[in-house]
Amino acid sequence: MTLTDERRLTQLQWLESEAIHIIREVAAEFERPVLLFSGGKDSVVMLHLATKAFWPAPVPFPVMHVDTGHNFPEVLAFRDATVERLGLRLEVASVQDYIDDGRLRERSDGTRNQLQTQPLLDGITDNKFDAVFGGGRRDEEKARAKERVFSLRDEFGQWDPRNQRPELWNLYNGRHRPGEHVRVFPLSNWTELDVWQYIAAEDIALPELYYAHQREVFERDGMLISVSDVSQPREGETVEKRQVRYRTVGDASCTGAVESDATTVEAVIAEVAGTRLTERGATRADDRASEAAMEDRKKEGYF
Amino acid sequence: MRTLLRLATAGSVDDGKSTLVGRLLYDSKSVLADQFDAVERVSRDRGLASADLALLTDGLRSEREQGITIDVAYRYFATAERSFILADCPGHVQYTRNTVTGASTADVVVLLVDVRHGIQEQTRRHLAVASLLRVPHVVVVVNKIDLVDFDEATYTRVSDEVLASARSLGLYDVATIPVSALAGDNVVERSDRTPWYDGPSLLTFLEQLSPAGSPHSEPLRLPVQLVIRPQQAAGDEFRDYRGYAGQITSGLVRVGDAVTVQPSGRSSTVTGIDFAGASLDEAFAPQSVTLRLADDIDISRGDLIVTSRSVPAVTQDIDGTIAWLADHTLVPGTKVLLKHGTKTVQAMVKAIGGKLDLEDARLLPAESLGLNDIGHVTLRLATPIPAEEYLHSRDTGAFLLIDGQDGGTLAAGMVGDALLDTVAEVGSAATPA
Ligand SMILES: Nc1nc2c(ncn2[C@@H]2O[C@H](COP(=O)(O)OP(=O)(O)OP(=O)(O)O)[C@@H](O)[C@H]2O)c(=O)[nH]1
Ligand SMILES: [Mg+2]
Repeated sequence: MTLTDERRLTQLQWLESEAIHIIREVAAEFERPVLLFSGGKDSVVMLHLATKAFWPAPVPFPVMHVDTGHNFPEVLAFRDATVERLGLRLEVASVQDYIDDGRLRERSDGTRNQLQTQPLLDGITDNKFDAVFGGGRRDEEKARAKERVFSLRDEFGQWDPRNQRPELWNLYNGRHRPGEHVRVFPLSNWTELDVWQYIAAEDIALPELYYAHQREVFERDGMLISVSDVSQPREGETVEKRQVRYRTVGDASCTGAVESDATTVEAVIAEVAGTRLTERGATRADDRASEAAMEDRKKEGYF
Repeated sequence: MRTLLRLATAGSVDDGKSTLVGRLLYDSKSVLADQFDAVERVSRDRGLASADLALLTDGLRSEREQGITIDVAYRYFATAERSFILADCPGHVQYTRNTVTGASTADVVVLLVDVRHGIQEQTRRHLAVASLLRVPHVVVVVNKIDLVDFDEATYTRVSDEVLASARSLGLYDVATIPVSALAGDNVVERSDRTPWYDGPSLLTFLEQLSPAGSPHSEPLRLPVQLVIRPQQAAGDEFRDYRGYAGQITSGLVRVGDAVTVQPSGRSSTVTGIDFAGASLDEAFAPQSVTLRLADDIDISRGDLIVTSRSVPAVTQDIDGTIAWLADHTLVPGTKVLLKHGTKTVQAMVKAIGGKLDLEDARLLPAESLGLNDIGHVTLRLATPIPAEEYLHSRDTGAFLLIDGQDGGTLAAGMVGDALLDTVAEVGSAATPA
């Protein structure tokens, strides 16, 4: 190998370096950034990158969780333990509070991913956050594939996909008018496989449900839904114990598990590399609603 | 080790860019079943006999309604040789700013031309953008070859025409490939319907391209993003820690190296290279690291740390070439913000020195620049910056012009006027004596 070959970053190192550059730009240029942290794998990876970006100093911004109230208990416990370990401030925007005081109404299907937009936007406004880190990746979904790394939101939190700012080289422009904010996606160029390979390379801890385990599930809309307080089988749906894992973590009442034997990170990588379905296609009922479901939600201010 | 290649499509509206990207993904087995099912469903609803592969990237509602690409879609795929980041850009003139966005980070531009129509104004504009941005490679796909019965003579005429236009814009090392994006000829596999073509398929060509230059032989440049000073926050061990965090844009740094900080001109020695708790002996572009220096000199965000062996001069006067991306017109006397590396300074447009005439690849005199014009400007800055010719450095030679009021990005800027010089040279050489 020649010298120049040795001094070439691997794909993961390249992605890591790009993400750290983005995170540092935000910390330097914005007054009040916040990182959206759900305990899901993408937000865990993003927070891990933030701890690396500022070492030995602590992460210089708080984290926020938009809590649907439909949580997997182990994910919530993981969230709290992580925040505690890193000494971070956690803001919680609670969908349940909005439902309790009537600002939001429960949907007829009972699922709550869609209901997150208003608490999210209010949480941003109330705390005067001007930059909001999201773990969204362009490979997730076709509307996400179109979004800039720095994505401007107007004073109503709306995204205008027809009129995005040019984004040139790695010269990110975070300027905005009062009341507007910027969503920032450090993992834009990562794929699901990159995320898992990085989790392996960095030995990053995740909530246990990302690995195969025995769970009581029933089938709905072609997905395996976990039996819980918020998701009970209806008539004709039978409960079975199956070996499953989760590819994404969202509202527990409509996030599907996939059958899997992958109990280790290496096994998950092999599984993801060979998959024939996208992670959202396999696990999110809400994204199947219409062709442009994600785009429409994003325009309104969703993640 | 698998290398990463960033690719952007370009070319006039409807020449087949999105179809080509869809074909590349589909034939390389990079489309997952549910994505393909969704595309097939939408295609069927529209009465199409087969899946419209352009829908794999044209994902916005309005794109699907209008059948055009509006903004860049990023897609990812890998072969045994290489990982690719594909940026499928729009062809429509109204969305040129998005095509500039996609091309600015590309290692290779794949420029499409419809074999029936030949070169269009947008083809020329995108060639000019690729040349201006110094995208390392350009490959021309002469598309829709199925519609001219795979005719060699028609292909040759169009490819000669594009190559001539490329040369007039200073692009000499350009390959051309006859393709049917719709049917897949010469996209992933070589086609037996073009026996007269003996080059590689597009994918093979892309897999064999030499990876983007490894800039380690270039002098060290590190724009300081922030100063890391934990004070009490990280315990006694780090009470006096002070590190300068940034992503190396070119070159290599080792512990013990002499460095200079611009614009102050102060010098020091590197005593440590930190990355998240690890101490490195050396680091190179494009690593994000934190440097420690021997002396407590004044360094803050916006400064540029460079090797003391090659220190760029600082200047308040910049001659540059810009691609103007805003709807309103730029006139001399306009005040803007200029972002260079991690520094943003006030700037005044002193003069406009002409604009590129795409039809004849000439520099025309101009008093103003309008949307999508490429032109020459002279800028006066409120504070000096260590600007270098874009020709020599794609990082320290690039800048943005930003609207100080609404924060919008107005222009992509490049220090120096290499493209316009080339145009002037080629133009005068072509003029008979
Ligand atoms: N016959 C034939 N038709 C093609 C070929 N490639 C693309 N087309 C058709 O040309 C039309 C435009 O294709 P697109 O891929 O959307 O073109 P585009 O360059 O992405 O257009 P914009 O992004 O809007 O600039 C569609 O109807 C395609 O099916 C080809 O190789 N042969
Ligand atoms: Mg297109």
